[in-house]
Amino acid sequence: MNKLKILTKSIWVFHFASGPCNNCDIEILDILTPRFDVERFGIKLVGSIKHADCLLITGMLTRKGVVRLKEIYEMAPKPIAVVCFGSCASSQGIFKNSYNRAVPVDEVIPVSAYIPGCPPRPEAIIDGIVKVVKKLRGEI
Amino acid sequence: MSIGKLIFNFLIYPGFIFVLLVGGIASFLERKITARIQWRVGPPFLQPFYDLLKLFFVKETVIPEGVNIPFFILVPVIAFSSAVLTSVLITNIFIKSFQGFTADLIVIVYLFTIPSLCVIFAGAVSKNPLSSLGSSREMKLILSYELVFWTSLSIVIIKTGGKITLRDILTFQENSKPIVFSLSGFIAFILSLIVMQAKLGKVPFDISEAEQELIAGPYIEYSGALLGFFKVTHYILLFSLPAFISVLFLGGLNIFKYLLLLIFIIVFENTNPRLKITQAIRFFWFYLFPLGIIGIILAVKGL
Repeated sequence: MNKLKILTKSIWVFHFASGPCNNCDIEILDILTPRFDVERFGIKLVGSIKHADCLLITGMLTRKGVVRLKEIYEMAPKPIAVVCFGSCASSQGIFKNSYNRAVPVDEVIPVSAYIPGCPPRPEAIIDGIVKVVKKLRGEI
Repeated sequence: MSIGKLIFNFLIYPGFIFVLLVGGIASFLERKITARIQWRVGPPFLQPFYDLLKLFFVKETVIPEGVNIPFFILVPVIAFSSAVLTSVLITNIFIKSFQGFTADLIVIVYLFTIPSLCVIFAGAVSKNPLSSLGSSREMKLILSYELVFWTSLSIVIIKTGGKITLRDILTFQENSKPIVFSLSGFIAFILSLIVMQAKLGKVPFDISEAEQELIAGPYIEYSGALLGFFKVTHYILLFSLPAFISVLFLGGLNIFKYLLLLIFIIVFENTNPRLKITQAIRFFWFYLFPLGIIGIILAVKGL
């Protein structure tokens, strides 16, 4: 049996915020609330990267953020899925020409999925989760 | 009695495997009822076991740089083994041929402190400022609740006429009435319920973990199988502490008594905010301890 199938039954998410405008952060909390409750799938937020199975990045990667992101990714126990959340994390968004932008996320660490939107709707987030799960199971 | 049966009793039923299953189901109930209280759907039935399988067999174990590696690895294992030993000692008093040994009450109470001590060591060995803060808080919490716990246990011992063997206490309650149905026994029961909450590290007393301020407290640097050992310890304590309280105060252990205590833990957890460490110490030492002293006086008077 594929070991990663067990992983998809309980994904613990670590939230890395690299200068987001808080819009995406609030949407993340949204999917934990009664209406979209993702604990149904065993997903929960954890505070420490050492416990995490999924690294969720919000906000455009800033010059200070990029160092920390790399450190955190190296600290994390593998296997770990990396998800870029929102337009800024996926493609630098409207901050593309900002003075403190660094490189896009996928040039620093391998990314498993992108969830675009400003902010993404909860339905889009759950769709993204489903895609991450399918990718971990090797179905796509 | 054969050795094979003894090993079966200790390892499978009602020992380790049984306790692990019951603890996992208790953990599921805890998460599910919490979710229902918050109007959510909650996790599936096998969720605690999925978590354990993932932590033990899929995830890598990361050991931080510069820690004392043998100590870092041993701490969760010791916590786990002492929790298993405690629960085996409690459940085995119901087996006809074994029935515990002399003065096992004292042994069990000391074994119950070892998981908490391991949490302190885990925080101290991790080389992380947040985990050190968590372990210092756990230390203060142990200092505050142990006094109240021993007070409530001494009420039981006085009521039963100086019996410190679990089987004798059970027989005493079967012959007369459960200890909770007397005034001093009721006080002791309330005290030990609150201490149970603190020993489990549930919400009014989850000061050392404190997700919002300390992230995960002492567990912050633990990952993979080592974190899994702490999870298993937690599941087992979720069975063994209510079982212990039930044997001492409710006169035996069956599924209704256990569920009653478990639901009390869950509702108490969901309806209370976290205390600060100073508030917790004040609560235990200046409110509950005098209450316990009153209970002891009542017990000596025979009430």
